[in-house]
Amino acid sequence: MEARLIDELRRLLARERVLTSPEELAVYSYDGTFLESKPDVVVLPHTTAEVASVLALADRERVPVVPRGAGSGLAGGSVPARGGIVLGTNQMNRILDVDTVDMVAVVEPGVINASLQAAVEAKGFFYPPDPASLKQSTIGGNVATGASGPRCLKYGGTKDYVLALQVVLPGGRVARCGGRMIKNVSGYNLSQLFVGSEGTLGVVTEATLRIIPLPKARGTVLAVFPRLEDAGEAVNAILGAGVVPLALEIMDQTAIYCVEQYLHAGLPLDVEAQLLVDVDGDECSVTQQLQVVSDTCRQRGAREVQVAADKAESDRLWAVRRAISPSLGRLKPNKLGEDISVPRSAIPEMVRRVAAIARQYDLLIPLFGHIGDGNMHPNILCDLRNPAEVERVQAAARAIFDAAIGLGGTLSGEHGIGLLKRDFLPQSLDPNALALMRQLKATIDPNNIMNPGKVY
Amino acid sequence: MSLPPEQPPEPRIPLGHGATFAPRFASGDGPDYDNVLACIRCGLCLSVCPTYATDGVEVQSPRGRVALIRAWQEGRLELSPNLRDHMYHCLDCRACQTICPTGVRVGELVLGARAVAESQRRRGAVAGALAGFSLRWLLPHPDRLEASLVPLRLYQRLGLQRLVRGSGALRLLPGPLAEMEGLLPQLPGRPLRQELPEVVPTSGVRRYRVGFFLGCVMTLVFARSSRATVDVLTANACEVVTPKEQVCCGAPHTEEGEFEEVRALARRNIDVFESLGVDYIVADCAACGAQTKEYAHLLCDDPAYAERARAFSAKVRDISEFLVGIPLRRPLGAVPRQVAYHMPCHLAHAQKVREAPRQLLRLVPGLQLMKLNEDDWCCGSAGIYNISHAGRADKILARKMDNLRESRADTVVTGNPGCLLQLQAGVRGRGWATDVRHPMELLAESYRGGAGEQLPPLDGEKVRIDSGSPTD
Repeated sequence: MEARLIDELRRLLARERVLTSPEELAVYSYDGTFLESKPDVVVLPHTTAEVASVLALADRERVPVVPRGAGSGLAGGSVPARGGIVLGTNQMNRILDVDTVDMVAVVEPGVINASLQAAVEAKGFFYPPDPASLKQSTIGGNVATGASGPRCLKYGGTKDYVLALQVVLPGGRVARCGGRMIKNVSGYNLSQLFVGSEGTLGVVTEATLRIIPLPKARGTVLAVFPRLEDAGEAVNAILGAGVVPLALEIMDQTAIYCVEQYLHAGLPLDVEAQLLVDVDGDECSVTQQLQVVSDTCRQRGAREVQVAADKAESDRLWAVRRAISPSLGRLKPNKLGEDISVPRSAIPEMVRRVAAIARQYDLLIPLFGHIGDGNMHPNILCDLRNPAEVERVQAAARAIFDAAIGLGGTLSGEHGIGLLKRDFLPQSLDPNALALMRQLKATIDPNNIMNPGKVY
Repeated sequence: MSLPPEQPPEPRIPLGHGATFAPRFASGDGPDYDNVLACIRCGLCLSVCPTYATDGVEVQSPRGRVALIRAWQEGRLELSPNLRDHMYHCLDCRACQTICPTGVRVGELVLGARAVAESQRRRGAVAGALAGFSLRWLLPHPDRLEASLVPLRLYQRLGLQRLVRGSGALRLLPGPLAEMEGLLPQLPGRPLRQELPEVVPTSGVRRYRVGFFLGCVMTLVFARSSRATVDVLTANACEVVTPKEQVCCGAPHTEEGEFEEVRALARRNIDVFESLGVDYIVADCAACGAQTKEYAHLLCDDPAYAERARAFSAKVRDISEFLVGIPLRRPLGAVPRQVAYHMPCHLAHAQKVREAPRQLLRLVPGLQLMKLNEDDWCCGSAGIYNISHAGRADKILARKMDNLRESRADTVVTGNPGCLLQLQAGVRGRGWATDVRHPMELLAESYRGGAGEQLPPLDGEKVRIDSGSPTD
């Protein structure tokens, strides 16, 4: 990038918030994947006006702008693949308002998800979207990727809580979309266009989010199923019985094996699946739901059912689920975390196909995820320093995508397309829908400065 | 002849080209490359890193530091003054090691990087002599250290060393001098090492013979606290042996990447303690405890010392860790205070001892434990960080002091001299009346009011001679 542009950026922002040293550029070249590509410059704006000035300059000069929250994304969305400007929003981190009458929170994009949760919980309220990265990821990043989490089954994902956005568009125009109301059909629902847009349309500089009253109680059931089909049927039976769990998590046999290698907790290695079910509500409702869930699991073939009614017990049961990530990192240096989503009826078949693909390509592919909503994470464990293994990983990833799409599912439930899955998008979308997306992109960002090379 | 129609390329995930690296300085005291590769870049460490919280830039995060080390090892970055400085921006508080899901030991990697950086530094003759002065001439010799007596001098030496190393740092001298002045505490009349008998018998029937690792700052500045440690031990069936020949644990040298000097100190301490026939070696300084538990690892390739170092480290316990593992007499004297417990990083994160001090304080009648938010966040002391990086350390301290004010405690308690100095400075600077104490002082105070029945161990798991170092 030309020196005059760096100088101009330094005039637009405080000098110490325009980063150009080799060390600083190196650490803004990655996200939560293994992908890397260096930016030419990093800017850390503090105001909407600063963001607008950067986008005006970038549009005039046709320089790529890559918005970045905490860099914890899992699809390469904030990796500056074509260099240019990384625009970090993490220092715009004020919670502007928590209004318990309107039941909204208004935040800047750099607010950490967990900080927002703590702020609204202090007032007896609840912001449900809970991506696994909630302690480090920002609301801006959550909106851009359309992040969800285990609680999405009952409460919905980020998209269900975005009421309004302030967005800076290429060229520097600032648009406010939506309002503080739950009902609002005046014109197009433009806020939702930006949810999951992965920084390809503009930069969110303020979000108005819906909050709801905090449920008073919570409980957990852990059930172990010798047969995978039984676990799938138990899930349907639980939902059919009128219980919508807060979270419904599955671990397959390989995932249990991986955790056992790490924890040595004496987990059953001969079972095909383990379900973890969280329920919430007021106290008598939780007791009732725990009863329904544990009875249903037993009736549908669970070999062992444990119920936790208090937080300490619940944490103990969740420890196994939380140990998945650390256990994988210790078995192989790299993992390719997939994020397919399939209709609920196809879950047992999808789990079987992943196991078959793992055998076919001689790879370890533990599978876990949110069985309640069909979003699952087969993780292909690998060593990217081994070229032969890389080829098998490529083939296995293709096979998993093909299987998910073949069963009526999609490439990504909550991580996004970014760079990682860009090649696969055409086969997963209706051609006319994809063409419409391209048209929208061209209209909003005619010079293709916003995160070029991503998604499409 | 016509070419066959071109097949559309198969879609691919951009996995890179499977390049293999022969990393630089992967052996010896340099950073462990395999551990560097264990970072999956999830960014969870960002949520607990004090320097990321103050600065809000990736280069001040654990993930960023690991990425810098990796790029340097893989030849994508060269060792520049900038890169070296970034290695010293880390507090080495190790909060990231507690939270890392894949076991990346960021603090150790940074220390390894410092070791490589220092070994490649071409120091001027004057700077080198000054650098060597405190670490190699002063600290290894308790008598010389005590002769310097005034800790201001000690701090000047330690601080000066860093200052002469940094480029252009001399310009900053007035600021750091002011910081040092601000840290200057009330001094005891004599260092405890000179006062304490080599062997202090237990007040009752002897059950344990305990070696006391008396830290440099503890004996010089916090003699009262370490005296209390001895009193608590002797009230609980322990005979306390404090060999006068023991030397600095090596923690300050570790922070500067001077591992050979640490090994020399470790060998001397092993020589001193192994002839005493003690069951345990107890430290009431979190940094000393963490450092001496590392001796086993540091000397594992030394044929003459590997086994002895392992035996030494296996005996080391923080005082609180030791006490919760033995049957304690119930302390009876009321200590009517509202107490906030601040976790020293080198106890909570480096030694993974988190609850033991609070378990002990709960035994004290009249003492009310107050909730301190972010109790396991660094206070900004971090060795000499509060002198070398005063501006950022002040911000980190301010965050701690805000949490302390919210706790409404009248006393803040912590088992590490660096934290004690830093918190004292924070309290004094704000004109607060908050008392800053070592936990053993409150426990000893309670024992002075009498000792009741013998209690079962609060946590029997912690004390086992054959259990090995908890940091292994």
